[in-house]
Amino acid sequence: MSSVPILETVDIHAAYGRIEVLRGVDLKVPRGAVVALLGPNGAGKSTLLKVISGQMAQTSGDVHLGGVHVTGAKAADLARLGLTTIPEGRSVFPNLTVEENLLLMSYAGVSADAVFDTAYAYFPRLHERRFQLAGTMSGGEQQMLAMARALASDPALLLLDELSMGLAPLIVDELYQSVAKIAESGVSILVVEQFARTALKVADYAAVMTGGKVVATGEPDEIGAIMADVILGGAA
Amino acid sequence: MSAFLSYTVIGLFTGAAYAIAASGLVLTYSTTRVFNIAHGAVGMVFAFLYWDFSQRQGMPVWLSLVLVLLVVAPLTGVFIQRVLTRGLGNAPVGVSLVVTVAILVGMIGVATQVWKQDTARSLPQFYQGHLIHLGGVIVTPQQIITIVISVIVAGALYVLLARTRIGTAMRASVDNAELLSLYGGRADVVAALAWAVGTSLAALAGILLAPVIGLQYYDLTLLVISAYAAAMLGKLTSLPMTYIGAMALGLAQSYVIGYLQDIPGHDKLGGLPAVVPTVFLFAILVLLPQAPLRIGQVKGIISAPVPTITRSMVCGALLIVAVALMASGMANSTLLNFGAAISFAILMLSLVLLTGYGGYVSLAQFAFAGVGAVIYARADQPNLFGLVLAILGAAAVGAIVAIPVLRLTGLYLALATLAFGQLMDKLVFTSSLAFQFNNPLTAKRLSLPGMNFKDQGNYTILMAVFFVLTAIVVVAIRRGRLGRILIAVRDSQAAAGTLGLDLRWLRVGLFAGSAGIAGLSGALLAGMRLTIDASTFQFFNSLVLLLIAGVWGVTSVTGAAIGGFFMMYLPVAQSNHPNIAGLLFMLLAAGAIVLGRNPNGLSYVMFLIPRFVTDSLYPALADRYPGMALRARAVGVVGEPDEAIGSDADDHSEGKVDSDAVASR
Amino acid sequence: MPLLHVDDVVVQFGGVTAVNHASFEVEAGSITGLIGPNGAGKTTCFNVITGLQTPTAGHIVLDGKDITRMPVHRRSKRGIGRTFQRLEAFGSLTVSDNVRVALDIHDGIPGLFRSAVNDVDALLELVGISDYANERADSIPTGTARLLELARSLATDPQLLLLDEPSSGLDESETGAFGALLKQLAAEGRTVLMVEHDMDLVMGVCDTIHVLDFGSIIAQGTPAEIRINPVVQKAYLGYADEADHDAGHDAGDTKVLAL
Repeated sequence: MSSVPILETVDIHAAYGRIEVLRGVDLKVPRGAVVALLGPNGAGKSTLLKVISGQMAQTSGDVHLGGVHVTGAKAADLARLGLTTIPEGRSVFPNLTVEENLLLMSYAGVSADAVFDTAYAYFPRLHERRFQLAGTMSGGEQQMLAMARALASDPALLLLDELSMGLAPLIVDELYQSVAKIAESGVSILVVEQFARTALKVADYAAVMTGGKVVATGEPDEIGAIMADVILGGAA
Repeated sequence: MSAFLSYTVIGLFTGAAYAIAASGLVLTYSTTRVFNIAHGAVGMVFAFLYWDFSQRQGMPVWLSLVLVLLVVAPLTGVFIQRVLTRGLGNAPVGVSLVVTVAILVGMIGVATQVWKQDTARSLPQFYQGHLIHLGGVIVTPQQIITIVISVIVAGALYVLLARTRIGTAMRASVDNAELLSLYGGRADVVAALAWAVGTSLAALAGILLAPVIGLQYYDLTLLVISAYAAAMLGKLTSLPMTYIGAMALGLAQSYVIGYLQDIPGHDKLGGLPAVVPTVFLFAILVLLPQAPLRIGQVKGIISAPVPTITRSMVCGALLIVAVALMASGMANSTLLNFGAAISFAILMLSLVLLTGYGGYVSLAQFAFAGVGAVIYARADQPNLFGLVLAILGAAAVGAIVAIPVLRLTGLYLALATLAFGQLMDKLVFTSSLAFQFNNPLTAKRLSLPGMNFKDQGNYTILMAVFFVLTAIVVVAIRRGRLGRILIAVRDSQAAAGTLGLDLRWLRVGLFAGSAGIAGLSGALLAGMRLTIDASTFQFFNSLVLLLIAGVWGVTSVTGAAIGGFFMMYLPVAQSNHPNIAGLLFMLLAAGAIVLGRNPNGLSYVMFLIPRFVTDSLYPALADRYPGMALRARAVGVVGEPDEAIGSDADDHSEGKVDSDAVASR
Repeated sequence: MPLLHVDDVVVQFGGVTAVNHASFEVEAGSITGLIGPNGAGKTTCFNVITGLQTPTAGHIVLDGKDITRMPVHRRSKRGIGRTFQRLEAFGSLTVSDNVRVALDIHDGIPGLFRSAVNDVDALLELVGISDYANERADSIPTGTARLLELARSLATDPQLLLLDEPSSGLDESETGAFGALLKQLAAEGRTVLMVEHDMDLVMGVCDTIHVLDFGSIIAQGTPAEIRINPVVQKAYLGYADEADHDAGHDAGDTKVLAL
């Protein structure tokens, strides 16, 4: 394992208008590791992912991917260089068919046929529905389609935002099995979750954000033990 | 029966050309959310360019077609997308309308500059003279070619959008351009391709139609209305529905032309065929479902400072005195221009209310002014009663335009005014109801109890008084409850709605008010000129008015006053220097494209000068020459919090000035 | 009879079902909580109740009258007020003008003849943001803007107040004061329905809680009942093998619930 982390953010600040959301975020994802980023609503987790993936410009601070300084790079360029981001909500195109969604995944630099093969091998259900509009599938199936991108695009770093949002526990279970499978293949993953337990199960390390800063990092067990206090602010 | 078949063939031909134009419009709108009002004007310019290549320079037809459709038009499309309309998809609809109207006017400028009006031009049809007899109906090769090409275009677009990755990416970027970029797709490449193809299709439609309807600057430009009407059937997104809409429209127009003579009273309806697209459009608009209120985020807009009522009155009094002094030394011909400038300044005030405060755009303010002028002249009441009648009549017409689009968003409202302006131009103003063709109306000079204004100078002063009164009313509206409500609605429609505001009727009221002011301006102009004709109220003038407003600012009375002067001066300059008439349009368009993104315009810059002097210049001078006694502000106390915010400092502090002024009322 | 009855409401966007046969009632004069994991459909429910979203099926009944098809502004006249999760303050206006414009809209024509200045000040005082009265609303902190939206909504004198995550952006002591304010509003006879993630606040002030998950109501009851309801815990925990974690979380179910 290389000593250069696959992702390192240094003192990231970001704001929506005049309201500062990130106030100096330092975070590292070691190569090959799964890091869980936890924290209450409004802590700035999703904003941090937007900055890392190139969707939003930070006001100051740097992002390094694999030791390369990528501040100011465009989202599409990062995506072609091996950064796969699955954003919050259903990250599929509802008015395209399953197969058309998969076709677009080939922009990440993998041939369309390879995308189809990987996706249908992992999720046979997608093959059954390949001519169906993605928006007419169930939430779980749509999230499978989103995960197919993570599997098929062979990323160097995978960013997952609130994968479990609004999904039944059984389906979340299934999705996290595929996350574990991706991790086994050596892909580095940063996963943002509201369900601390779910994310901690697959994580090697965990970090906690509140108020736009990382306030704690450590092994999943340590973080799991303090999560309740973080979210409740010490009250019980 | 054979007549019916002939009309059908003509209708299918027109419909096919509309379909080609409309599918280009849909392609660009649905991938970038920028509605290109200049779509027809782009087609017009390329029809001229094709004429230039194939007729003037004598290039072979195939080479001319290749150069125009595959080289120049796509490059122009990419230029428009990359440089002129970049990022407008997320801008307020008013801004993107000003920019695309500027492109329209700029295109007219290009055409009139390069291909001057003095020579007659015509494009031959393809295989001219070869007529084909098809079961008793005579068909031209041009018609067959156009219909065949429209089928090919439809097929090619289907293949592009459904069978290729980049086409799939186009449809994806409609849903969510940001997500597409996370997939690694380049939204800007997709947008550029859409505009390249869309612009080529506009050019193709222009080239196919020009031999039939003639190489005309304005007729080809107004092709956009037909294209837009067809595209509305597919809600500006569905290509198959657009195709059906275009064919239906083409057929309807052809049958109207064909069977009009059988209708009693057809001699008064000579303009009807030209407005079939408009009628078609209104019919579809009325049938569209309610648009949901958008929930966005907190967004404030920085506006020009609003003066107090007292200050407005003082400034107004000074202005009237200045006008009186100037008028006393002017020749009558100069006074006529001066009066027109004041009338146009009042018309600009109608845009300050509607666009500057309300955030809605109208592309037909001159049509409302024309309604006021006609009512004033026809009523033959050259007194305050006649004036009030003109105002109320124009206001009623404004409300009638706004009501069909009650349930829709700002874009549709603006496009409804576009269609309305064209309808007034072609059907009403030229009919015996109003001016009649080439037949000016006479109006009488306004008189007030105990006063007459036969003298041109006195009437000019009276117009200045009306300008000042209207300006005070507009400022009072802005400072009062209604103004606060308008600003609130502009910031968040959803919040205003949940507080109990009926947005639909507010919009109708705003439109009526704005149209009423426009009516006043028209009536005053009629009273000044004594004879008045339709050309003054041409539809195109409304677009120029919007651009001048975009340059000088639609948020302040000062911008309106300066803008009114320019509105008068532009045609004067063009007739004095006919060889650069088109260039002036291009300059205006360029100015509007650069400045149109900030609704406060150039006049706002002037408001910043005193601030610059006290905040930056004085302290700098005071540093350098410590002995000078300057009125520098105590920078350490007042200036600092603003400075600390950094690049936003200017906007922030300016905004505060505005709201402080309101709060201290 | 309950003040508000959400009756078997379904909302579909494309093929996604955001609200799935949700039914619940809100008693007059109560403070009712609507809780659930992110994406459960809470804000969509609010949009349906206020008329910003037309439901695919189902009915909204206010005070015995079916208002499902009523336009947004008329619901306000019938006494529904709301705040927004993603702020909708009028950014170009000052804080006090935000409230004044609400009074203007609510009063309509008769309001032309009375001065509203005192009412504005009183409302800003009530929610505790008088210090910001002359700031532009797009330059104030999130928590303050939420309180401003509350003051603005109160200007229309609503009988039913819908609050969408009102306490996010407030610090601990501000949240405490906010809880007291809610109780005061309820004591005055207003009905409050709120979506909220701060469980201390919800458990502290609510009379009744409805739990929404996948667009359906999966539980309702008093805070004490909700706290120990296993179905609710499961919804909030996502999947997790109870055996794995029980040892580490003896501290209590409430903490687990807050996750």
